[in-house]
Amino acid sequence: MSDEHPTHAVGIDLGTTHCTLSATASADTPPAPLPLPQILSPGEIGERTLLPSFLFFPADGQFPAGSLALAWYPAARDVVGTFARDQGATTPLRLVSSAKSWLSHAGVDRRGEILPWDAPEGVPRVSPVQAAARYLGHLRAAWDDAHPESPLAEQDVVLTVPASFDAVARELTLEAAELAGFDEPPRLLEEPQAALYDWVAQRGAAWRDDVAVGDVILVVDIGGGTTDFSLIAVRDEDGTLQLERVAVGDHILLGGDNMDLALAYTVRAQLEQQGTVLDDWQMRAVTHGCRAAKETLLGEDPPTAVPLTIPSRGSRLIGKTLRTELRREQLDAVLLEGFFPAVDADARPQTPRRAGLTTLGLPYPADAAITRHLAAFLSRAGEDGAFVRPTALLFNGGVTRSPMVRERIAEILGGWLAATGAPAPTVLPGTDAELAVSRGAAYYARARRDGGVRIRGGTAQAYYVGIERAELAVPGIPPRVDAVCVAPLGMEEGTQTQLPQAFGLVLGEEVSFRFFGSPTVRHDEVGATRPPETLTELAPIETSLEGEEGQIVQVRLHAHVTEVGTLELWAVEDAEPQRRFKLSFDVRGQA
Amino acid sequence: MDVAPVESLGFGARLWLALTLPFRLLFDGALAAQVEALSQGTAPALPATPEPEPPVVEPAPPETEPEPDTTAALQLLAILQREGRFVDFLEEDVSGFSDADIGAAARVVHEGCSRGLKQVLTIAAVRTEAEGDTVKLAEGFDAARTRMTGNVVGEPPYSGTLAHHGWQVERIELPALTSGHDPSILAPAEVEL
Repeated sequence: MSDEHPTHAVGIDLGTTHCTLSATASADTPPAPLPLPQILSPGEIGERTLLPSFLFFPADGQFPAGSLALAWYPAARDVVGTFARDQGATTPLRLVSSAKSWLSHAGVDRRGEILPWDAPEGVPRVSPVQAAARYLGHLRAAWDDAHPESPLAEQDVVLTVPASFDAVARELTLEAAELAGFDEPPRLLEEPQAALYDWVAQRGAAWRDDVAVGDVILVVDIGGGTTDFSLIAVRDEDGTLQLERVAVGDHILLGGDNMDLALAYTVRAQLEQQGTVLDDWQMRAVTHGCRAAKETLLGEDPPTAVPLTIPSRGSRLIGKTLRTELRREQLDAVLLEGFFPAVDADARPQTPRRAGLTTLGLPYPADAAITRHLAAFLSRAGEDGAFVRPTALLFNGGVTRSPMVRERIAEILGGWLAATGAPAPTVLPGTDAELAVSRGAAYYARARRDGGVRIRGGTAQAYYVGIERAELAVPGIPPRVDAVCVAPLGMEEGTQTQLPQAFGLVLGEEVSFRFFGSPTVRHDEVGATRPPETLTELAPIETSLEGEEGQIVQVRLHAHVTEVGTLELWAVEDAEPQRRFKLSFDVRGQA
Repeated sequence: MDVAPVESLGFGARLWLALTLPFRLLFDGALAAQVEALSQGTAPALPATPEPEPPVVEPAPPETEPEPDTTAALQLLAILQREGRFVDFLEEDVSGFSDADIGAAARVVHEGCSRGLKQVLTIAAVRTEAEGDTVKLAEGFDAARTRMTGNVVGEPPYSGTLAHHGWQVERIELPALTSGHDPSILAPAEVEL
């Protein structure tokens, strides 16, 4: 970074289905989105606020030479954005999509070149980290093109991640940023917090009138591909209101795209009953049509039915165009009942036993009912497993643009609360479902510099390392492992911990620890042990201890939550010279 | 007296004539007399030099650029084809199809083309009054933005009924083109492998 003072506060929403970048140059101007140049069609470059998070690898000579070139990428060999998404729909085996979900998928080698998943020989591949870097690189180049005098790498940049991203996925996100040319790591911020910052920014000083001490705000974020829940408590600190993120939900791969597909299958079944069989191309057209129909039927004053037309593939349009319709009651049955069923507060997502062999693809949830996932989240988020009763509700994500979806969720949540005698939650007026996260992130970037409302929270999970018990060896039985808490839940940025236990490590050898996390265990102190079965196993951590070979040194584990929001683990020698060995995540996948 | 067989005019020429004739009748007494005679069946011999073909409005060609740049027009057409199958629709013979078939296709075209148009243009009404409202036209009104029809007599200010609110483009943002792009390919042929 140069010595120049950053001129802009920038927020980047690196989304599963699209990315946005918002920025502000001063405290008086609200953050505004940057128009993002991208290929719309070979030979055509247009600006859009959203950059679809898709990466397409064309075959040699598939498009005219130079037709995918951008000002900063003249010899383009691949393409991201609108055209990547549109072309990729017809050629999925050359398309990288949902790279962000792969980034948080512990079952695969996340630095390995595995995407496009299932791509045949001859198609270029990238790692999930490289794909994320490709999108970030595009945003950086677009910014630098528009602001040559103040390059992005020299600004105050905040990059958002799902609240459910564990320490490993956060680390990989920053690795992607580094690959994309951010010399200084951007600060990480959880997306639901960003949405709340945007709400605070829109409300101005009046936000303190909308909530009171003791309030608990539930942020429901339903995007294109993922659903994320967070709880943020309003606390009193020295007489002023403070916000504190108290719980985050699991990473649920469910979103608007699932809904479009569910509707498309309904329409396909309807057409098949009439004797019409759709090919793949037509099926995509149906899915596309269903997205538009969904938005109309879920919007204000919905009609009872929306006509759906499926154009022919060839140039003959008239007579070859199929016609059907999507009716309100179908939408109610498929979407509202399927994704938002009115369940009781003690409902839990159904998890059918998996067959012995499962593919390694993305871990989609078996249960599409978002309300059941929500009930499960609220039931485990409270102290000692008590059901949390939110008093306010903030929506974010494209799906929640629909007033019907918002009302539905508020109504079901209100029912759960009424059963416990609590009042219905206040729905906080949402902002812009597509831009709230990047705008909120830019607000936060500025608030860090100039002062403003801050949400506290620290780490979203408690982290543990696996340590073998010192027991008499029994042949054939591996020694039992205790999970020892190395970073408690809510550990603040910039703080450190040290495990009381000391270990003897052999220099010159690879060392590896098992590593676990839990978003729910809230009262474990550093050094507390528990059986690992109660936790989620994350990527192992490893290091190679350089030094005189064979020498044994006594070390203690240190955990450090960095200023940018990642977790670092160090092995520090007890005796002088107190050498420090950094442990890194091994993300080659254990599945 | 035999009237020489008159060659029928092309559609464009007829349209031009239909639009301009009322004005010319108003201001050209000699022409009005000839038309009067025609309608009475006492057609006089057509003037030896018939009215010239409707003048094609040809602005003085700029000295530097002899060929007009058609790229933007082709680009817009390509966008309308890509988003709404506009060229497919116009190039097809509709005569053999039922209204229902044409209606189904029209939905594709309407939905897609309006989406495509909105991406590149912002179109707004020229006049904000509702159609059917009474509109006053003060002296010096912009004749390019508002056109008078009907009983156009007297001096401004004029008062009339808004028959059509007109359209104007408020913003046009065509995508940039990469070098070497051939805009005359409105839609490439597609071959599925």
